[in-house]
Amino acid sequence: MKIHIKNGHLIDPKNGIDAKQDIYIAAGKIAGIGKSPEGFTANQTIDATNLVVIPGLVDLSARLREPGFEHKATLESEMQAAAAGGVTSLACPPDTDPVLDEPGLVEMLKHRAKQLNQAHVYPLGALTHQLAGIEITEMCELNEAGCVGFSQADIAIKDTQVLWRAMQYAATFGFTVWLRPEEPYLAKDGVAHDGEVAARLGLKGIPAAAETLAIASILRIAKETGANVHLCRLSTAEGVDMVRAAKKTGQKVTCDVSANHLHLTDFDIGYFDANVHLKPPARSQRDKTALSNGLADGTIDAICSDHTPVDDDAKLYPFAEAEAGATGLELLLPLTLKWAEDNKLSLSDAVKHITQSPANILGIAAGDLSINASADICVFDAKQYWKIEPKALLSQGKNTPFLGMELAGKVRYTLVNGHVVHG
Amino acid sequence: MQNPQLTNDGKLKHLLSIDGLPKNILNQILDTAESFVGVAEREVKKVPLLRGKTVCNLFFENSTRTRTTFEIAAKRLSADVITLNVSTSSQSKGETILDTIDNLTAMHADMFVVRHAQSGAAHMIAKHVAPHIHVINAGDGRHAHPTQGLLDVFTIRHYKPEMHNLRVAIVGDVLHSRVARSEIHALTTLGVPEIRVIAPKTLLPKDVEKLGVHVYHDMREGLKNVDVIMMLRLQNERMTSAMLPSSQEYFKTYGLTSEKLALAKPDAIVMHPGPMNRGVEIDSAVADGTQSVILPQVTYGIAVRMAVMSILAGN
Repeated sequence: MKIHIKNGHLIDPKNGIDAKQDIYIAAGKIAGIGKSPEGFTANQTIDATNLVVIPGLVDLSARLREPGFEHKATLESEMQAAAAGGVTSLACPPDTDPVLDEPGLVEMLKHRAKQLNQAHVYPLGALTHQLAGIEITEMCELNEAGCVGFSQADIAIKDTQVLWRAMQYAATFGFTVWLRPEEPYLAKDGVAHDGEVAARLGLKGIPAAAETLAIASILRIAKETGANVHLCRLSTAEGVDMVRAAKKTGQKVTCDVSANHLHLTDFDIGYFDANVHLKPPARSQRDKTALSNGLADGTIDAICSDHTPVDDDAKLYPFAEAEAGATGLELLLPLTLKWAEDNKLSLSDAVKHITQSPANILGIAAGDLSINASADICVFDAKQYWKIEPKALLSQGKNTPFLGMELAGKVRYTLVNGHVVHG
Repeated sequence: MQNPQLTNDGKLKHLLSIDGLPKNILNQILDTAESFVGVAEREVKKVPLLRGKTVCNLFFENSTRTRTTFEIAAKRLSADVITLNVSTSSQSKGETILDTIDNLTAMHADMFVVRHAQSGAAHMIAKHVAPHIHVINAGDGRHAHPTQGLLDVFTIRHYKPEMHNLRVAIVGDVLHSRVARSEIHALTTLGVPEIRVIAPKTLLPKDVEKLGVHVYHDMREGLKNVDVIMMLRLQNERMTSAMLPSSQEYFKTYGLTSEKLALAKPDAIVMHPGPMNRGVEIDSAVADGTQSVILPQVTYGIAVRMAVMSILAGN
């Protein structure tokens, strides 16, 4: 199958391309940029006039809900959502049921995903057995089965000695440890940013210090053990400052922010909107600005969707009891574009954070349009506005704080390995 | 964002919180309540304003006083009243709140009076019910207890009519108190110029000053020259969650005694939403003393709840 994508505006941050260029695909790989390879005859031509052509998106956190939570979402539904969102590679956290702490489970998930022949799925293995924070997992076995890193999902390790040893062990083999920094005792039972809104609504707050205390211990232990650490979903201004300082001293650390947190503050909870019940909580305006600045100056490496499909029933409870999380795969691109527009950044700057940078963190060959790279491509209309509403979303999760909003950026075609999976 | 308590033309649709309630509606409720105070003193303690209407008291959390006063208020308005203690019935069988609401709506309830342990429960129900149904929040988690806030300002207005000239102190567990939040909003809306909260740091929410109050940690300092002292109830579980060391120490530092009361203005009134912990937050000598208006609060509570129900029913 040979595909010619013509007349599109090509953006490939890694190769420094930001121009009108055609792209030629053969045998699932990129065969030519700008000019046709010799003897190339396309079986299919995609007219990308007035459209933008970028590497397929790489999402650092997408819950597919399999195995165990098929009532919330299935691999089929979420892989379609990924395709509709232009996401061609995604990392999934290990908090499934059973937890991804055994090689067999990881192999099964990889196998199921491969059969669907859509986005590439990169499972993150559990750092500790059952995510219980007591015994470390068989990281080498899990790595062989396909895990690209080790994570505790949303469940922090309370015992610092276990955290220390888990990082030592991971560092032995060069595995990256993915941690969402949150001190579990300070955050206990909290459901909103500890500030004026929580005070007014009578919601139990999570202080910003819950994040900064955890970052301090994680960075310190990482330094002592030599572990590679990826901090997931920063939410506080002080947290961004700490990572900036650590990077300045040369410490190897990466971090991401969810697309939700670039746009939301605790005020968006309004009158107890359970769709804004998120982990970590949406924080103050000051925090939001700091996250945005941190992303722009390179302190924060990537934007993830933090895709967490929740079934409608689980949101039909009072705020604190409603399940946390929002659907995100289909919103990653438009929310990233909106962030760039709000901050007057170029399309190329924005695209980097959802392609090249996350691919580097995962250590995978993706996120660029180099010759001979897998033809994972997203073609979108940057000017087309679409309304975020349940019927517009393919994900089984229909809950997002952005329901009712109109966002620019509609994916027209998604290609994985040179196959059109959406469009 | 539309205020879920008001209709498009600004009338009261639900009573969920005093936060966001305009001053004219607050005054309308208080003035209407004034006219109901006399009903209790008549030989026939009933008016026909809610005849043919069904009021459903839905208590997902235990309560005696609030539930009883709502029941009496609805009955004095001639409504049919059903009271359900849901914490002991369908909830334990796994039925969700909204299923319970749907079932009662199918039985033609016109008004729900709801208490729930979670902040935001009443808002969620109000968002769910059919347009002709009214919801009254009888306490949701730490968030709001608007009828308590209203009856408190009604009591203050009765004893101290010059609201714009008052200094009010709220003492105790503000962090966990829906009553305190409703009182603060009611007082600020009615233009009370100085509201103080007096509590240890463990019992105050972060950024509480942004609600428009002055924070005091020293009770003696905070009580100086106040016109009104509103005490809050202290739950025993605060001692087991590392927020306070003991009820004895709390009484010593934040309990209201005659000696501390003497620091307030000589004609200051003392209030408490009940039920009281004598010897923990308040000394019996003060609770039963001449400056206490704790029992009148209960009496006025019925008139205020009658006023709210009658206004919601369109009278």
